[in-house]
Amino acid sequence: MAKQANLENTEQPAHMETLYRQMVQIRHFENKCNQVYRMGKAGGYLHVYIGMEATAVGWLNCIKHGWDYVITAYRDHAQPLILGSDPMKLMAEIMGRQDGYSNGKGGSMHIYDIERGFFGGWGIVGGHTPIGAGLAFGSKYKGEDRVTLNFLGDGAANAGVFFETLNMAALWDLPCIFIIENNEFAMGTRIEYHAADTELHKRGFPFGMKHERVDGMDLVQVMKDAKRIVDYVRKEQKPYLVEVMNYRFAGHGAADNDQSLYRTPEELEHAKLRDPIKLFEKYLLDNNLMTQEKMEAIDNEIEQDIERIYEEADASPHPPIEDVYSHVYTDMEPEMGH
Amino acid sequence: MPIVNMTYREAVRATLVDEIERDANVFLMGEDIGRYQGTFRVTQGLFEQFKEKRVLDTPITEPGIVGIATGAAMTGLRPVVEMMTMSFSILALDQIINHAAKIHYMTGGQAKCPLVIRGPGGAANQLSAQHSHSMEGWYAHCPGLKVVAPAFPEDAAGLLRAAIRDDNPVIFTENPGVYTVKGDINTDDKDFVIPFGKAKVVREGKDITLIAYSRMVHVCLHAAELLEKDGLSVEVVDVRCLKPLDTETLYNSVRKTHRAVVVYEDWKSGSFGAEIAARIAEECFDDLDAPVGRVGGLNVPMPYSRVLELQCIPNEQDVINCVHKIG
Repeated sequence: MAKQANLENTEQPAHMETLYRQMVQIRHFENKCNQVYRMGKAGGYLHVYIGMEATAVGWLNCIKHGWDYVITAYRDHAQPLILGSDPMKLMAEIMGRQDGYSNGKGGSMHIYDIERGFFGGWGIVGGHTPIGAGLAFGSKYKGEDRVTLNFLGDGAANAGVFFETLNMAALWDLPCIFIIENNEFAMGTRIEYHAADTELHKRGFPFGMKHERVDGMDLVQVMKDAKRIVDYVRKEQKPYLVEVMNYRFAGHGAADNDQSLYRTPEELEHAKLRDPIKLFEKYLLDNNLMTQEKMEAIDNEIEQDIERIYEEADASPHPPIEDVYSHVYTDMEPEMGH
Repeated sequence: MPIVNMTYREAVRATLVDEIERDANVFLMGEDIGRYQGTFRVTQGLFEQFKEKRVLDTPITEPGIVGIATGAAMTGLRPVVEMMTMSFSILALDQIINHAAKIHYMTGGQAKCPLVIRGPGGAANQLSAQHSHSMEGWYAHCPGLKVVAPAFPEDAAGLLRAAIRDDNPVIFTENPGVYTVKGDINTDDKDFVIPFGKAKVVREGKDITLIAYSRMVHVCLHAAELLEKDGLSVEVVDVRCLKPLDTETLYNSVRKTHRAVVVYEDWKSGSFGAEIAARIAEECFDDLDAPVGRVGGLNVPMPYSRVLELQCIPNEQDVINCVHKIG
């Protein structure tokens, strides 16, 4: 197990509390999502971020909210929560309701909050990676100093379009950070069965792109690496490839009901020794940044808050039938009828 | 007014120039479009004129190109992607259909994707099985895309300008066979836009309606001349825009002539021409004096041999035969 990192003393307790709240909020939100799915209040495919919280919290706290761009695949609830999206609108979208971010047309896999720089929310493995590079292309074209965080999974790191994207990002010096979240499984296939070389950060090497493998479980360490790399990319306006080592405590999706097909309970228990929330709690306690009582109070408060959010979302109506035709085009309706 | 007689190719190029000059967010990207001047020379001279920022050479990786253009479009840029041939857009189908076409809908209207994908579509001259596809029907099938297939230089100019200014992804297909067609363009009118969804009666007649788009409009016009010698008065309607489709102009013509033949280069089976025929059958059944006829490309991969290739592509005689067949 890696030695736990330390942030500089300049870190303020208030900031630590914000980080802690985000970690706990994601955990409770995602647990609620799983519950909502089992209750039949959410359908389709739903993928939770449980066990991976430190990665998104760490990286997204090192960018400029509302300015920098963030894009990811379908495991996409945590990022908007961190960027300040309304959790009720998020839950309503997951439940397919009118008050959701896409008025119920996107669902769990297609969450967007463009105003806050969150560009989704995509369901085709690897398919969003060029779009993320395109966001960076757009900001560079306009001479802005935005950075794009382009999250993908270890499974997507094998997609052809991802390699094409790396080539163009390096060719055109796009300010894009490709963050491969290596949680060791492409759905139910362990990495050694899907990748010829399991050191995925090496994907950057053939394109002359800076690349490295970093930890994704210890929030303090994540933030140190994230800050350094974000600063580099913003200043140099060049791409970077990061392989973040984390682990998925949940199944691939809410419909993944037999994890014994790809891992043992012992492996999962062992991974949970580095539960990112527990690691951060230890850091806060060891450094006298927060008391146990305070943590428990925050935990309870957020758990109740998520219940309230769920109730509110559940009170949101289903979208009106006629809404099925809106937003196919910006300026016209599609042909109607069966 | 400076009316200039120019080719379809020049009309596309002149419109690209106008739009690059008008809007700083408009840029071109594609394979060999810059230093190499474009495989079909549509972008000839533009790299020298506008430099790399506005005329960007790309690697030969269509999914990546369209994906990056899509992301750029989401930030407010207006990329115009050239497909070296529309056949290669098959590689990018996932980006076009699964991503670009769905963005406005999946985001509930939060994001727009003002993207143009243009290039030669259809058979050229012995390019054989992998370079001769007519893709417009595939795209017109997909909600979220707009699809245009102009036949004349003036329409190419007006519709390309509309495409670049549109906030939705637009597929703009140019049959290689029309690049040398000439027409008059008012080069002073920098805002000459032809709205989407307007078909055009390009020849008036009273006995039968031929319906086509892109190069097949020219085939139909020639067939109409030949049929006139046999005493038939033939109307020709240029669809121009497959999506949105101007059904009213089509129906009005059919209601006048009571006969219709749809002509298209795409494979005959399951094509957009079949869609047009079905619509006419649904909506104009009582006006028809004969079944709707269809003339399409042979249902085979495009062969290399010129003799076989010409056999695959509908010609004037095929149209005339169909007209006689439906009676």
